[in-house]
Formats: sequence, C-alpha cells, structure tokens
Amino acid sequence: MSAFEPGGQASIASVTDRVRPLAIGTPVSSIHFLGERAAFVGAEESVALVDAEGEISRVTVHGGGILCTASDGSRLVMGGDDGKVVALDAKGEVTPLALDAKRRWIDNVALHPDGAVAWSAGKTAFVRSSKGGGKGEDKTFDMPSTVGGLAFAPKGLRVAAAHYSGVTLWFPNMTAQPEFLEWAGSHLGVTFSPDNKFLVTAMHEPALHGWRLADSRHMRMSGYPGRVKSMSWSAGGKFLATSGADAVILWPFASKDGPMGKEPAMLAPLSARVSAVACHPKQEILAAGYGDGTILMVRLEDGAEILVRRNGSAAVAALAWNAKGTLLAFAAEDGEAGLLPL
Amino acid sequence: MAEPSSQKIPVTVLTGYLGAGKTTLLNRILSENHGKKYAVIVNEFGEIGIDNDLIIGADEEVFEMNNGCVCCTVRGDLVRILDGLMKRKGKFDAIIVETTGLADPAPVAQTFFVDEDVQKNARLDAVVTVADAKWLSDRLKDAPEAKNQIAFADVIVLNKTDLVSKPELFEVEARIRGINPYAKLHRTERCKVALSDVLERGAFDLDRILDIEPDFLEAGDEHDHDRDHHHDGHDHHHGHSHGGLKHYHDEEMQSLSLRSDKPLDATKFMPWLQNLVASEGQKILRSKGILAFSDDDDRYVFQGVHMMLEGDHQRKWKDGEPRESRLIFIGRELPEQMIRDGFESCITS
Repeated sequence: MSAFEPGGQASIASVTDRVRPLAIGTPVSSIHFLGERAAFVGAEESVALVDAEGEISRVTVHGGGILCTASDGSRLVMGGDDGKVVALDAKGEVTPLALDAKRRWIDNVALHPDGAVAWSAGKTAFVRSSKGGGKGEDKTFDMPSTVGGLAFAPKGLRVAAAHYSGVTLWFPNMTAQPEFLEWAGSHLGVTFSPDNKFLVTAMHEPALHGWRLADSRHMRMSGYPGRVKSMSWSAGGKFLATSGADAVILWPFASKDGPMGKEPAMLAPLSARVSAVACHPKQEILAAGYGDGTILMVRLEDGAEILVRRNGSAAVAALAWNAKGTLLAFAAEDGEAGLLPL
Repeated sequence: MAEPSSQKIPVTVLTGYLGAGKTTLLNRILSENHGKKYAVIVNEFGEIGIDNDLIIGADEEVFEMNNGCVCCTVRGDLVRILDGLMKRKGKFDAIIVETTGLADPAPVAQTFFVDEDVQKNARLDAVVTVADAKWLSDRLKDAPEAKNQIAFADVIVLNKTDLVSKPELFEVEARIRGINPYAKLHRTERCKVALSDVLERGAFDLDRILDIEPDFLEAGDEHDHDRDHHHDGHDHHHGHSHGGLKHYHDEEMQSLSLRSDKPLDATKFMPWLQNLVASEGQKILRSKGILAFSDDDDRYVFQGVHMMLEGDHQRKWKDGEPRESRLIFIGRELPEQMIRDGFESCITS
C-alpha cells in the first residue's frame, strides 16, 4: 500500500476532516499533555503550548538542544545540551531544577508519580526526591557506562538505568548495592510494565530485551528491521506497542510469562515504517505514526484502522493523548502538527 | 540511504598519537576565518582555546555489536552525540571528532557503516592523522595504536618537520609509506596546513574512490620517485633505497594492491570478497576498489573497514577508458599470497 488513493479510501474510515492543523513551524521531538494543553517540545530551545482551541504560545526552556523529556501530566521535565534540567507547568511557567556542574549534556530524565525527578549526564544518574530538598540532597550513582535510558519503577523509589551490557536497578534511598541485569549490547531506552513485573529495554540493535523482575528471566524480542525508538504500554498494561517495523508490533504482557515464547501481534501494516506509537490512556486503542507521515488509530483487539492523517509528508515525530483520552496531538519532523478531538 | 550525501553533515575524524599536535590542528581549524561553524566532539574538555558552544565531551565508549563479530565495534557515545547534535541542525556545517591518542579509528568509522540514524544524517568524510615527525618512527616501533592510526588514515599531517633534519624526514616518510602509501601526506610545522587539505575530502565517498593510486608527496617534491615501484604493492626489500627515497616494508602492517586488465567474474568476485573480509576482516583495516566486471558496462566501486563493506555501481565506463580493476588492502599481517590467489581466480579467462 503506497498511498491512500481516493478510490481506496472507501475501505478505511477516516477522521482526517476533524483534525485541527497546527503550524508549530519548528521540528518537534516529543509531545506531552499538561492538563488540557498540549506541549509540543521543539528540537531546540522552546516548547509550544497549545490549548484545545489551537491557540499557540511559545515558551523558551533551554539555551540549546532539548535532549530528553518526561511528564506526569501536570509537569514536563526536560534536559538539554546546555546542561540544565528544567520543569514546565501548564501555565507556561519554567522552573530550573538543576545545572550540571560540568555543563554536560543532560541525556535522560524521568519522573516518578510522587514527584521525584531523575536525570543523567554521562555515566552519572541523579535523583531528587519529591520532598524537595536542595541540590546538596540529590542522590547520585555512577553507572558502569553512559546512561542510555532512565525510568522510575511504578512503585517504590527505584530507578532503572539502561547502559552498555544491561540495566542497573538502583534504590536511591537505600545503601544496598544496586542490582544489575546483564545482557550484552547497548541499551538505549527502558520502561517498566505498569504492574511492575517486567522491565523492557530498547537496544541499539533492532531489538528489545526484557526481564521478568521476579526471577530476572530473559525475554528476547527481536525481528525488527529498524531500531525501536517509541514504546507505549496499553491501557491496563496488557500490551507493549512499539515502532521499528512496517507494522505496529504489539507484545503480549498479560500472562505471568509476558511475551516469553509468544509471537507479537502485527497491526496496521503499511509500506512505511512505524515511527511513533501512543496507546490510548483508557481504551484498547492506539495511535501509530509512520515514516511517510501517515497516522492511524488502531483497535488492539481486531486491528481495525481509522485514518487520522494522510501520507506524503515528513515522518511522524511524536504522538500523545490527553489524560482523558479525548484529544490526540501529533507532530511531524518538519513541524507540521495537529490536534484531533474525539 | 535515500538522502543525497551532499545534504549529510560531513564528519572528519582527527586522530594522532599523544603530543603529535591534534589540538593544535583543531584550534587552527576553529580559529581560521573560513565562515564555517564546526561542532567538535572532543575526548578532553578544556584543551581547546576557542569559545564554541558546540564542543561536546565524549567518553569514547566502544561496544561490540551483538552479531558475533568481535571486530564490529562501534562508538556508542558517538551515536548518542550525533543524534543529539541533529537537534541543532542548521547551527553548524560540519563535525570534527577528535579521538584520544590511544584510540583505534576503526570503531569511529564503523559507527558510520552500521548505524542507520547516523547514516541518515551524517557521512564520514575522512580520517586525518596527525603524526610527529620527530617521534613517529619510535612510536611505530613501540605503540601499536600509532601504527593503526597511520594505516587507517586518508590524510596524514606530518607535523613538527622543523624539529628534524632532511634525512630524518625522509626516513619517517618512508616508514609511513611502508605502512600506508595511499594517504595524502602533508608536511607541516605547527600543523600549518590548508584546511581544504584536511576537510571536505570525501575519502569515504564511493563516487570519489578514484584516487587509489599511491600518494607521491606532490607537495615538497624534492626527490625522484620511482612510480613503478609502488604499483605491485610491496614486493620491495627492507630499507633499500632508490634515488634517495628509502623503502621500508613494515613487518606487521602493510598495504597490498591488486590489479587486472581482464574483467572479473562478478559471481566469483563478490562471494570471494565477502568471504575474505568475513574471515580476515580483523586484519584488514581498510579496503577499496574499482572493479570491471565481465558483461557489465558500469564501474563498480567498493570500500570497507574491517568486516564491513559497502559498494555500488558508480557509472558507465567511458569510451577509451581502460577497463581495469584495482583493489587495495591495508592491514596487519595480510595473507598476501592467499589474497592474490583468490583474486586471480576471479579473473575471467
């Protein structure tokens, strides 16, 4: 399938006419909802805050490239190549959180549901607890190599840092030695399953690697033609949807063995590679963006598709749902963006 | 990749043993009035005297690819830094990667062969090695890293030539040529070299693999060269001299050139080359070739770093252009006879 030709459109439901186009103008690297405002994070310097009516206000957050973002729905935390960690709220207020002493790049940030913030620069991971405290009270830990990804476990104050040859699980408030989950290769992204039972990394090579946390059993999830850069847990955490192939790859995590020994489902195959995925926060639906600019909404149960955006433009860079699941925001690499109210 | 190479950001790799003058060259590049902006990836902060917000410290983290091939190492930090730099596209024209004095250039080069994102946005321009005219000969004896850097180079800046006598200079040049006769060599004092000689070289551009003739020091041509001498690779003897130019055969690191004016059989050659780099790739640092296949009106060009190869049909052979195949290998303890025999068996009779 190379294009949605007029003739072919009859076969797929379309909501393209309901999309509110937005001209963000600059490349977008991620989108997060802060309440009802969508924060389109630029590749450098600024964030465009967009309300449901499509009104855009721009906020300067960094003095250079914005390298990483994390959000809990009310606060957006970012790290930049200016060595700063900053937070942005829905009102557009920017709060500086930290400045790396050596002005190293802040490569990763993570946010805990209780408000704790983690970030990393080079090999060093930092955690600031929700109880505030100043710079002096930040906990730090040096990982064996540069941190490729950071994530908080959904329960307890536990940080997973992905790096070369595995993941370090660190309890910043405990003196115990961190736990090390080993797997050869470079691990770049990391995510806990919402039930806290599994840990999954996206590797430099086109594969995911997973561990069952109870017994550190390995789960190899390979077969991708390209590197996985976007991962999203379905509502309820039964599935992990990923980019990296010419279809959305959906790994089953409902059983106690996770995807061990199981095949993933492949939804919404197109002749372009999936570049971004975002699962709906309440229903078993996901949005998938492709390298050719296409965006589809896909029902997990049967793979039924609805067209949100036609192909024929820059790759989809980011997708996000608001917390209620009534708004889908998207942006392409060239800054063309849109909001879809449902 | 679909993206035309001209839109990709060129990346120059700057190597050289400790104290050879890498930082001097870097400072020269950054301070010269060329109207270009460089992003610089350095291994140590603070050595660069130029104010530039696009200087990034790297950790030279090398990891092995999970494909069972021990020499398929890539620089993970480079993958990360290049990805981050691409957020600031348009703010710089080119990237320079400075390696530590002890670094092997191969993982840097291999990063450009294996990483899809890196390939999409950037292209390896050349490996430039700064060498110390006074101490290189010693380092070639005791530092395998120094030898690697010479063998790997597309451009060699032979620095501090003011600190050595003419005979010493010829001696060190002959030692360099014994390892790598193909790199462009420039004699400098305090790294004074035209920037066009070290930047925008296109040494890894398949379209520009025309230049696989040995370099004969066009600049500073003070002695007679016996051009034919190089053509058959390294069948010369140890340290003998021709008209004042010494020839060394390095025991460990050599280059090997092959040529044939009879067309090659592609069905034999391609598997042979692939098997060769698969089995001997750890020894082969660099390879390049222009090939004439039977029943094919196109020139085929290839290049490789260790086990990684890339190749493509380049263009039609021109009328009257001799359809000659030429290959070079630079490597450590190359199994010369085996390579020669293998190549011969790919020539159509």
